[in-house]
Amino acid sequence: MSTSTREAMLPWDDVLAAYDPALGLEVHVELNTASKMFCGCPTEFGAEPNTQVCPTCLGLPGAMPAVNGKAVESAIRIGLALNCEIAEWCRFARKNYFYPDMPKNFQTSQYDEPIAFEGYMDVDVDGETFRVEIERAHMEEDTGKSLHVGGATGRIHGAEYSLVDYNRAGIPLIEIVTKPIRGAGEKAPEIAKAYVAQLRELIVALGVSDARMDQGSIRADVNLSLAPKDSGALGTRTETKNVNSLRSVERAVRYEMQRHGAILSGGGSILQETRHWHEDTGITTSGREKSDAEDYRYFPEPDLVPVAPSREWVEELRGTLPENPTQKRARLQAAWGFSDLEMRDTVGAGALGLVEETIDAGATPAAARKWWLSELARRANEAGTELAGLGVSPLDVARVQALVDAGSINDKLARQVFDGLIAGEGTPDEVVEKRGLAIVSDEGALSTAVDNAIAANPDVADKIRDGKVAAAGALIGAVMKEMRGQADAGRVRELILEKLT
Amino acid sequence: MPEITRDEVAHLADLARIDLDDAELDHLAPQLSVILESVASISGAAGDDVPPTSHPLPLTNVFREDVVTPSLTPEQALAMAPAVEQQRFAVPRILGDEQ
Repeated sequence: MSTSTREAMLPWDDVLAAYDPALGLEVHVELNTASKMFCGCPTEFGAEPNTQVCPTCLGLPGAMPAVNGKAVESAIRIGLALNCEIAEWCRFARKNYFYPDMPKNFQTSQYDEPIAFEGYMDVDVDGETFRVEIERAHMEEDTGKSLHVGGATGRIHGAEYSLVDYNRAGIPLIEIVTKPIRGAGEKAPEIAKAYVAQLRELIVALGVSDARMDQGSIRADVNLSLAPKDSGALGTRTETKNVNSLRSVERAVRYEMQRHGAILSGGGSILQETRHWHEDTGITTSGREKSDAEDYRYFPEPDLVPVAPSREWVEELRGTLPENPTQKRARLQAAWGFSDLEMRDTVGAGALGLVEETIDAGATPAAARKWWLSELARRANEAGTELAGLGVSPLDVARVQALVDAGSINDKLARQVFDGLIAGEGTPDEVVEKRGLAIVSDEGALSTAVDNAIAANPDVADKIRDGKVAAAGALIGAVMKEMRGQADAGRVRELILEKLT
Repeated sequence: MPEITRDEVAHLADLARIDLDDAELDHLAPQLSVILESVASISGAAGDDVPPTSHPLPLTNVFREDVVTPSLTPEQALAMAPAVEQQRFAVPRILGDEQ
């Protein structure tokens, strides 16, 4: 089995010239309830294996499930925020399959009676609004985590056996399924990314999930098919599983479009199958064939009674919804004075909430954007984490900027403060103190450094004396070097000019 | 009258990972048909005015509070595992069925 070879790709423009893509996105959102969906086990991420399990989530004989009411509430709120109808009456169902990630041999899910259905989300791409129709959002439980041991690659292919940790089994999950998204054309990759980004933003605003893609609390499956251009048909689709970053959603769509294009234009046909996404190489490889024989023998879960949310409850929950993200973005963009591009970059980096909180904590919009989108986004990228997982809070960023504004540090030193924050050295003030980063405001020391610089660069000094004030830059550089960056460049300039003019 | 065919029994056996040979399929298919027929007599008792019922009790919305209760210790959880490695359940590899 080839797991690493890049398949033939049709050039992007050729794909667009000959085919119309149809997209479908399935997004799984792990809820942030304290306990699991059907038992009281905790849900904390990163616990030691098999320490958050009980007879119910291990599927031991006689154990009975009980629905977490908070999870139902979160499901309804997600449904409402996606403009869905909320079922008056719906049931859980058993999805039967043989795979050891669920010890019960079935996953408790919902089948033809999802709690929420028929909704939509308006997605903004390049200043245009694109409506993504939501087919359904249903409640289910997450599965355990398998570690495949042996074999050449450590992945499932060639594995000798699997080691399973059931801590995640039973964590409440909401699966949000779009209808086929058609007419996206060349914007299909961007629309897919923007949809997941906006959905994540919505989930954050609702406060129903940690919404950490890097920790798997939001996972996307990307369905894609191509049909001959303007045929109106739907082609055979592939389903690329577990695409776990916004950037990868975009890349996976683009990759599959070009891969399908190469097969179809060569006279071949697409095999309906799942594909594995490889974050490192940016390619997909063949997974499991999805034939029509796929048969989960769904039936109503006999151990759980139906869920019938009263209309009063639904309306009460509607009253708890946060501001519509599209309106909110427009409001914030106006208030902050960001350009369309700046706003798009902020949203695209998943930084909207962080920037907002930083501004709320007292930073200017420009400063908040600068630190999160240039400095911190770069570091998060290097560390392979999300901005929220970097260990720097909006309060920290606001404080760092306040220190810059007060002249205690400069931008260059601020970067070192972020080094300290990321390394867990405490608050910004503590990092400044421990690392000795404060700007030297001792006039005597500064004055000496300026005198040294003048003495070492007599030619430059003469130019300044002759009125070529622009030459002061060279002296400022020399002083800053001697002060190891810990001086206020503006004050240094003043001192130089005082001494030479 | 509902009847279950030999092919359907073979498909069900496949889904349930039960290895049945031809003789067993020939033997089981008529037996399962008899069971289905017996159960189907219920539909004679229930008229069109009786909705299909999945739950015998007329209850809805039985929820529990989102409160953490103690889990098993890993030792307890793994006590009956056929094999354990790295505090995890060691199971045979299964190809092609990953969810």
